[in-house]
Amino acid sequence: MPTDDQFAESLGAGEEPASLSRRGFLIKLSAIAGTVAAALVALPIVGVVVSPLIEKPREIWRSVGRLEDFPLGQTVQVSFVDASPLPWSGVTAKTAAWLRRDGQQSFTAFSINCTHLGCPVRWVSGAHLFMCPCHGGVYNQDGSVAAGPPPKSLAKYPTRVRNGLVEIQTSGIPISS
Amino acid sequence: MSLLRRAWAWFDDRTGLTNVLSPIASHLVPPGTSWWYVFGSATLFAFIVQVVTGIALSTMYVTSTAHAYQSLQFITQDALLGRVLRGIHFWGASAMVLFVGVHMIRVFLTGSYKFPREVNWLTGAGLLLFTIGMGFTGQLLRWDQNAVWSVVVGAAQAGRVPVIGQRLAQFILGGNVVGGATLSRFFSFHVFFIPALIFGFIGVHLYLVIRNGISEPPVLGHIVDPKTYRDWYNRLLERHGVPFWPDVAWRDVVFGAAMVAGIVALAFLLGPPVLGKPPDPSIVQADPRPDWYLLWYFAVLALIPPGIESWVIVGAPMAFGAAVILLPFLGSKGERHPLRRPWAIVVVIVAVMMVGTLWRLADKAPWSPNFAAQPLTAQDLGPSSDTVWAGSQLFYVKGCQYCHTVNGKGGQRGPDLSDVGSRLSKQQITQRILNGGTNMPAYAATMNPGALNLLVDFLSSRTGQ
Repeated sequence: MPTDDQFAESLGAGEEPASLSRRGFLIKLSAIAGTVAAALVALPIVGVVVSPLIEKPREIWRSVGRLEDFPLGQTVQVSFVDASPLPWSGVTAKTAAWLRRDGQQSFTAFSINCTHLGCPVRWVSGAHLFMCPCHGGVYNQDGSVAAGPPPKSLAKYPTRVRNGLVEIQTSGIPISS
Repeated sequence: MSLLRRAWAWFDDRTGLTNVLSPIASHLVPPGTSWWYVFGSATLFAFIVQVVTGIALSTMYVTSTAHAYQSLQFITQDALLGRVLRGIHFWGASAMVLFVGVHMIRVFLTGSYKFPREVNWLTGAGLLLFTIGMGFTGQLLRWDQNAVWSVVVGAAQAGRVPVIGQRLAQFILGGNVVGGATLSRFFSFHVFFIPALIFGFIGVHLYLVIRNGISEPPVLGHIVDPKTYRDWYNRLLERHGVPFWPDVAWRDVVFGAAMVAGIVALAFLLGPPVLGKPPDPSIVQADPRPDWYLLWYFAVLALIPPGIESWVIVGAPMAFGAAVILLPFLGSKGERHPLRRPWAIVVVIVAVMMVGTLWRLADKAPWSPNFAAQPLTAQDLGPSSDTVWAGSQLFYVKGCQYCHTVNGKGGQRGPDLSDVGSRLSKQQITQRILNGGTNMPAYAATMNPGALNLLVDFLSSRTGQ
């Protein structure tokens, strides 16, 4: 059975204590090694979390109905699949627009999102106004602000007519700055 | 010694549990702590309720935009006691928000944030922020129509931040649209990220309560001086301190247990919030409203003047945050008693009255068009001519009634027109309809002369009699 001192000596005790510069080096080494290890793991995490920031809205033409189904001058609600559907999106992938036939081949598609804070505006046909259910925003039939807090006109989607079908070009939810 | 006792003695020797916990349990606290000191622990108990019921809910919740709504229907309608479980999670959240607020007000009023407890206050401020974050993200996980539009409204608010607003909005939505990516992110924040922060902050918060001691009830004329406070506090404890457990802690336990019983009772009696329509953004018949703890802010968003709106949406929360953070640095010394800090009482009264008023307003939301308004009946109208009757129906068809009430039916956005005939001449009414006015659209472009005449006849017949 070794004495306590022998036991400690066998483990290397009693040697010169690490010099100051060596201790400083060991602290730096630990800090650098820890930081590098953390950064290696953090990189893909940050990448995934901020990935929506670099996603560009995809501009896809979606058909919303046959040309002859839209009476001239009327504003109707159409729904279509949004810009970036995922396989598990379900009904959430759907979005809508207020579509008005202005002429034989020309349409105007208004975003349903109020420019104030994004709530879905409703077309009130008798009044020829779009009204928002949230904070009292009201828009004229051309989409310009008629009353309430909205800072700008309703956003519009590009439209076109192809092979007898009316198409709307998708984009992201308009966010007022 | 029984086997059980020996087993405990062995376990306690190897872990040192008694050595660690008994000084904490029996640590001395100042005399006179009363029922005013139970709100922090109540918040903690509510959080524990949230953790256990949240874990239970996650055994059935499906984090998929296609199925989350159905899984909530299943939990609510089919799962054994699922409705009660959801109810406890909702009322537990309500209790946590309520008591974190009450606790903060108590600490503010008694000046307990002063030296040496500044960091207690700061970690508490962090916990307030996280609690609100949990409330907002939790409401979204319900993933009904209301949740979907709440995400959009949240993102739109973030969009008002200068320069990076657009990016922040994208960050919240998880892309450019509400969709498959949105819910998973909110789930992760609600279930992992924010709770991890809360656990960490609670740990530091409680450690600091032990390190700096529970603040003594304020006494008129007693001054906090950083040079002498700690010695004075330790002497107070040595002479007059009472052990925390059970002399003081019993109140925490009794109040906490009563709160939990209240939460469960509300869950049984009232249940969870009703699920709204499905999360289909193409259904425009929506009426998005936040849960009660953020409902007052919904009124703020409707009432700020449009010219300064972006400043308020971005600036007001930042100003509140800055004030909360600066408070313990600006006033870390001096008198703690609320009667010697009357401005503190004023701040609390003004804040409570403001939020209370906004709540009542948001509940009525008079700024929103009343889409549920019904056309006037012959009975509402009283004896009238054919043109007045026709005008009254046009009043509904043309959307006037969404904003104006006549004879008790309609919206509250614009003035009640039940007596407009006695206030305005026919010509004035005509001009108002054609040209609009404050917050009223001009109808000159969309109203034909025949309809206009009928409307004016109808309105001028409304004399309030």
